[in-house]
Amino acid sequence: MSTTTPTTTGGTTAAGDRQVPRTPAAPRTRRRGENSLAGSLASHAILIVASLAALFPIAWLVFLSLGPDKDDYLHPGRIFGKMTFANYSHVLQETPFFDWLVSTLVVSLGTTVIGVLIAATTGYAVSRMRFPGYRKFMWVLLVTQMFPVAVLMVPMYEILSELRLVDSYLGLILVYCSTAVPYCAWLLKGYFDTIPFEIDEAGRVDGLTPFGTFARLILPLAKPGLAVAAFYSFITAFGEVAFASTFMLSDTKYTFAVGLQSFVSEHDAQRNLMAATAVLVAIPVSAFFYLVQKNLVTGLTAGGTKG
Amino acid sequence: MTVAIDRATGKRRGEPGGRPGPLSRLKQSYQRYWYAYAMIAPVVVVLGVLVLYPLARGLYLTLTNANSLNSARTIGANHIEATYEFIGFDNYADILWGPTSYDRFWSHFIWTIVWTALCVALHYVIGLGLALLLNQKLRGRTFYRLILVLPWAVPTFVTVFGWRFMLADGGVINAGLEALHLPAPLWLEDTFWQRFAAIMVNTWCGVPFMMVSLLGGLQSIDSTLYEAAEMDGASAWQRFRYVTLPGLRSVSSTVVLLGVIWTFNQFAVIFLLFGDTAPEAQILVTWAYYLGFGQQPRDFAQSAAYGILLLAILIVFTSFYRRWLNRDEQQLAI
Repeated sequence: MSTTTPTTTGGTTAAGDRQVPRTPAAPRTRRRGENSLAGSLASHAILIVASLAALFPIAWLVFLSLGPDKDDYLHPGRIFGKMTFANYSHVLQETPFFDWLVSTLVVSLGTTVIGVLIAATTGYAVSRMRFPGYRKFMWVLLVTQMFPVAVLMVPMYEILSELRLVDSYLGLILVYCSTAVPYCAWLLKGYFDTIPFEIDEAGRVDGLTPFGTFARLILPLAKPGLAVAAFYSFITAFGEVAFASTFMLSDTKYTFAVGLQSFVSEHDAQRNLMAATAVLVAIPVSAFFYLVQKNLVTGLTAGGTKG
Repeated sequence: MTVAIDRATGKRRGEPGGRPGPLSRLKQSYQRYWYAYAMIAPVVVVLGVLVLYPLARGLYLTLTNANSLNSARTIGANHIEATYEFIGFDNYADILWGPTSYDRFWSHFIWTIVWTALCVALHYVIGLGLALLLNQKLRGRTFYRLILVLPWAVPTFVTVFGWRFMLADGGVINAGLEALHLPAPLWLEDTFWQRFAAIMVNTWCGVPFMMVSLLGGLQSIDSTLYEAAEMDGASAWQRFRYVTLPGLRSVSSTVVLLGVIWTFNQFAVIFLLFGDTAPEAQILVTWAYYLGFGQQPRDFAQSAAYGILLLAILIVFTSFYRRWLNRDEQQLAI
């Protein structure tokens, strides 16, 4: 019972409402009962097994991407003798990889920009103002988030084909906005909730309108939240499969999620190339992800943790 | 100060002249609401155009016999007008109690429920276990955490391909099982193992989110509560049961709801793992997609009807879930 640190977080965990200071979670040494040796060995053992389970499929994909033949995934032992980056250079030089990169970026960034821009004021409004219809509106936002792809897919396909937007970036961006916008609004509400209301009050006292308060005081403070919302809608659009594979017809306009599949269907299952493409796609996204993942969770669950 | 008042009066010029008392209060609230409605207007417009209109149209489609042969379409330069007809609730009746309704709807329905329940339970239990381990004072826990988040960091469509390599007959998993003299199931062909594999892959994909969320929840529990519990002689289990779990309650209820919604609608894992090859392992979402876009002729009406049914199921579930949470909260509060 070594009472190590009653001091570190003494006052900050406002157990009640509205935990104002978003406490950095890491530097907290809170277990007072030090683990027994057996206990910590067991913990390490479990964590190591879990880490291996988490790591292995990815590592395996990377490993297979180094084998030059398309059947190497069945005989991984052979890869050791002939590891090469040939798959990568092939993918980069002779497949529509860069076309896919362009369309993925256009679609994802388009969705992100529209989603965040439109959702920001809404997030602020639902965070600060209790207007009539507020609960219904929140409910609509939640329900839109749970739309199964199948609900909107058929009517959207009809509408887009009437507007001649099938197989166009704009069409796909519009479709993704239907999920990104409510999502961002929800996320941003959670973030705005963590900004103390006193700041708004100060702004009002100094003579700002609600819009002014929002634009001049809250938005600059909410930059991390905006970044999280942007990132989340980006990766959501980036990884979406169902709409992308239905609405994009010409293979230069595929996003990665669709393009990757085309290696199996059209090019006689060139699994080695697929693996290399997958790795090329995954590395930048994952690297980026690591930078923001901690904020992501706060953003996602903040709305709910308020209860 | 004066500026604020000027602007405020400017905003409510439509109101009749101010009288003291309830009317001025009304005006005050009207100002607040004016701002609120102006601020949510863009999202309302976008949702109206991009969600509600297609939804209304989808609802209408479910009452017709639309398919890819009688819908409006353009072949070359010729534009063919839609010729589908209004048939009322026949689609729903056919899906829910038509002659082959069990094979088409109810079997998928049951499997979807099982899939959702198992996946979310596994996500939650494994995620909580790992979060508890990572919340201890442990050497290298940051390192473990970074690795354990990996499945979440890599896009799903990439990892599912990785899994397909591993699950293929002759892939590394079966090679490993054979080396251990265990039977090597046909993961991608046999119905039971298809389902097993789908749950396994989805669990692998979903645990990190739960783990990180619950870890955040654990770290926000006031440590003095544990000290007090320890002083009172609570065992480790009692501390977990009466301090940790209630402390995690709000985080848990959120992530479980999100988890259910996401898993229920999980399209990518099943679609990319099996494509059209595994009719028995399709959950309702992928099955609806198959009806609308994976077969010829494409049955738009039935696909849309499935979509509406799915949405109805989720809305019912969420309403009950929230009511249950609220009731629970009142019991706790009193």
